[in-house]
Amino acid sequence: MSAGLAIAWAVLGGAFGSHRGRLALSVLAIALGVALGFAVALINEAAIAEFSGGMRSLSGSADLVVRGPRNGFDEALYPRLARDPDIAVASPVVEVDARIAGRDDALRVYGVDAFRAAAVTPALVGTTKDALDLLRPGTVFMSPAAAAWLDVHPGATLRVQSGTHALPLAVAGYVRAESGERFAVMDIAAAQDAFARIGSLSRIDLRLRPGGDAAALRERIVAALPAGLEVATPDDNAALTRRLSRSYRVNLNVLALVALFTGGLLVFSTQALSIVRRRSQFALLRTLGLSRTRLIALLVGEGALVGAAGSLAGLAGGYLLADAVLRVFGADLGAGFFRGVAPDVAFDIRAAAIFAMLGIVAALLGSYLPAREAAAATPAAALKAGDEQHAFARLRSPLPGAVLLTAGAAAAWLPPVGGLPLFGYGAIALLLFGTLLLLPRIAAWVLAAMPRPHAIAPALALEQLRGAPGQAGVSLATTVASVSLMVSMAIMVASFRQSLDDWLLRVLPANVYVRAAAAGDSAYFSVDEQRRLASIDAVARIAFLRTQGIVLEDGQPHVTLLARDLPAADPSAALPLVGTALSLRAGDPPPVYVSEAIVDLYGIRPGARLHLPLDGKQRNFVVAGVWRDYARQQGALVIDRSEYTRITGDATATDAAVWLAPDVTVDEFRRQVDARMPGAARMSIATPGEIRVRSLRIFDRTFAVTYALLAAAIVIGLFGLSSSIGALVLARRREFGMLRHLGLTRRQIAVMLATEGFAVSSIGLAVGLLLGFLMSLILIHVVNRQSFHWGMTLHLPWGSLAALVLALLALALATTVVSARQAMGHDAIRAVKDDW
Amino acid sequence: MIHLDRVSKRFPGPRPRTVLDGITLAIPRGLLVAILGESGVGKSTLLNLIAGLERADAGSVTVAGSELDRLDDDALTRFRREKVGFVFQAFHVLPYLSVARNVGLPLALLGHDRAPAEDRVQAMLAAVGLADRGESMPRELSGGELQRTAIARALVHRPAIVLADEPTGNLDPDSAAGVIGLLRERLHEEGATGVLVTHSRAAAARADRVYTLSASGLDPTSL
Ligand SMILES: Nc1ncnc2c1ncn2[C@@H]1O[C@H](COP(=O)(O)OP(=O)(O)OP(=O)(O)O)[C@@H](O)[C@H]1O
Ligand SMILES: [Mg+2]
Repeated sequence: MSAGLAIAWAVLGGAFGSHRGRLALSVLAIALGVALGFAVALINEAAIAEFSGGMRSLSGSADLVVRGPRNGFDEALYPRLARDPDIAVASPVVEVDARIAGRDDALRVYGVDAFRAAAVTPALVGTTKDALDLLRPGTVFMSPAAAAWLDVHPGATLRVQSGTHALPLAVAGYVRAESGERFAVMDIAAAQDAFARIGSLSRIDLRLRPGGDAAALRERIVAALPAGLEVATPDDNAALTRRLSRSYRVNLNVLALVALFTGGLLVFSTQALSIVRRRSQFALLRTLGLSRTRLIALLVGEGALVGAAGSLAGLAGGYLLADAVLRVFGADLGAGFFRGVAPDVAFDIRAAAIFAMLGIVAALLGSYLPAREAAAATPAAALKAGDEQHAFARLRSPLPGAVLLTAGAAAAWLPPVGGLPLFGYGAIALLLFGTLLLLPRIAAWVLAAMPRPHAIAPALALEQLRGAPGQAGVSLATTVASVSLMVSMAIMVASFRQSLDDWLLRVLPANVYVRAAAAGDSAYFSVDEQRRLASIDAVARIAFLRTQGIVLEDGQPHVTLLARDLPAADPSAALPLVGTALSLRAGDPPPVYVSEAIVDLYGIRPGARLHLPLDGKQRNFVVAGVWRDYARQQGALVIDRSEYTRITGDATATDAAVWLAPDVTVDEFRRQVDARMPGAARMSIATPGEIRVRSLRIFDRTFAVTYALLAAAIVIGLFGLSSSIGALVLARRREFGMLRHLGLTRRQIAVMLATEGFAVSSIGLAVGLLLGFLMSLILIHVVNRQSFHWGMTLHLPWGSLAALVLALLALALATTVVSARQAMGHDAIRAVKDDW
Repeated sequence: MIHLDRVSKRFPGPRPRTVLDGITLAIPRGLLVAILGESGVGKSTLLNLIAGLERADAGSVTVAGSELDRLDDDALTRFRREKVGFVFQAFHVLPYLSVARNVGLPLALLGHDRAPAEDRVQAMLAAVGLADRGESMPRELSGGELQRTAIARALVHRPAIVLADEPTGNLDPDSAAGVIGLLRERLHEEGATGVLVTHSRAAAARADRVYTLSASGLDPTSL
């Protein structure tokens, strides 16, 4: 090692020693970011792997799958396909989500023809000694995961619900499935009978004759299919499932990256301030002959070490975190996308490499800018006492910052890419970077506009800040970044929650809501039961609803069709319409009201004609309005129930809205239902208040992960705030020593520092709040709209924002006071000695 | 004006050291006294005792009528603010304040009105030969100019005493001679008492009296 390098290492090594606390903070920040990103990646990976594995085993060796509405299609299609010469085996399947007795949960029950299923989807066939069990009505086979979940094993009875009746099923054995999927299997005819699906199928799995032309067959089948049915490959179905959760997964990843980004910023301000402090040392090294590039390399190397240490710790932490999260919450992270799978976490080398690299790059970038600044200083000037003030003092041109801001504002207007709001995320990043670049200028501008206070201590504080707007900018960076991210998320979540609450109020105008079952699609009210419910004394008015899943376009997920009693004169009384309803002309087809997601996903606008596949035929409707729906992300359609019954002949209902007679309590209504309705115990009866509480609880659970990631960003931001204030204070120990000589009391110095801390944090908070507000607009109107198709109105959570501001100001003051104590703890005598 | 009576100072700790042992010194009003001595003998410690920045372990220190041993930290701070001016080896001029603001700092601390304070600062700057540099920032000044700024700051509030610890240590001989000459001239002009610690016999020669501090005590010296 050359002598110059030896000295350099001595200086840097010494720095490692004396900056141990702040270096540890940088490592921790990077570690936290990497851990979060890696954990999110591992959890998503595990969930997807388990889910598509399950899909694969359940679709077995099928080459094509015919599927249709959730409630099934006419089984007449099956013999036609089975006779096709190019099809080796056609296996009909009925799928029912049967409500489990005594639980608000449903179990998927497959009805299969065991002998055909054995050839296509062997995982859906029960294992038993007595082959007749496979055909016996009232007998099911459980997947091991379902058996374990419900603790219902062979020999026991599985109790589910059909219509409003209890349905006991004898468990005869397990199925051959090896996946962690939860389901049960029974004979198809028995299932049709038990769940009132006679004459109807949910899907048909097809296996081609060897050497058959799948593409040609597919075309031929499509041409002959009734409306509302489609043909897909099992891969298509798996891809569809993946796509359904993709926006959610991407959103989580972006949040994790945000945490990593604030970590990088923290490294930046820590490194920047530690480099400012060592400026004269670097000047000495430069005069001793260390080249500029070498100095940069050394400092960036220091950053790389921080990044590497942080990344390693982060990978370990991320793995443990993912494991713990999967164990405690399961793979769906509370959002319900991967219900019913219980995956294991696997260490993913590729994700590990990516996040380790991201961690190191964040730390490298965080060090590079200050390193360049340090190397650019002329050694002679930097050796003069007091030169720290000139570091970062130069104000750069405002042009790049302004360009980024403009680009960000423009990007917010661009459409989604492949269903993802990439430009929306980009717009937020551009706004953030643009603001960070402009920060020193903003700080200089605000400080110049402040009047000089009369008292000496605040006056000194202001002048110190004015003298070094660049440094103020550096320490502001983390504050602004974390405050703006925090504020934007807080505003977005509050707007969403409030919009949801308002929406619930609009969609739940009745006194009580009665559902045939709390979960699944196996329950319904028959016409007779509807009549009986309507005739209960307590009921003043009752409106029924029938839900159904249909396929609007090939390759798209099911959308929900709601057939409900609509007041023809004023549909907005029953629906939370966005905008006004179209008034229909004579001769128009019947109206359909589409949710915002339908508008986004299918490009369908009011006034357009829409064909809905009902009862195997395309029926013509006119789009009469758009309504807001927070319940069904993939889209929902509302048509009048009498129209639906006229077309399909299906007069059953799944839900009822009940307006009570005057002076009748909900409890009285419950008593009367119990007395009059045989299946009352299996129905779910809830007041709007109860539904609201439950919905908001689900909302909060869904956003729990968001909150957690947000909290991480906040913690990192607060670290950044404290560490930068602390570093600035400690860097000026000598100045305080001199001021003590001149007769400034400790109190006055504390006031001076508190003023500085207060001024810097106020600027940071003000800029952060404003930026956060702009970013929340993008989150609400671009990111959320494009990802999840949720429209919402802006609501500012004044209370939490005020609490946030106060907490941050208090923290800034506390940090200043603590660091001031520390700085003045060193006695004034030693502080004025001119050394470092 | 400055009266030290059998003052002793020990630094406790793992390697305790007695630095000053029974030092007695009386400096009348209006004189500039230089103190010579080897490195590490306790010159700076002596100044710190006079400034009330350190407390004596034995003996008493009386400066400008105040018995420092009896003052608490706040009172000592007030004493320094009103009665003492400092000139440091390393200037310690605040980089973010203009030269004039630096010089005016003690007046601001004492809460003087702005207009008369500005006149006083201007007069001090003129007196140290920096009349037209008031609006300059410290980084635009040479070492000698910075030290002259420090001298103006040390005297601007008419302190009773000025303490200078190696004020010429960072300067070339010519500037050093100029700075010491200026300090003496200003002290006499303002009627203040000065204590100058220095290694330079040439600098000490410009003082009114010279003492040498050694392990055996403080001895008057003639150059
Ligand atoms: N806070 C302290 N703790 C322990 N020892 C100290 C402390 N301050 C000074 N000393 C010791 O006291 C002695 C006198 O220090 P002082 O600074 O007064 O010396 P000096 O005469 O000013 O030397 P120089 O000419 O080198 O500045 C030195 O040996 C020093 O090591
Ligand atoms: Mg000394």
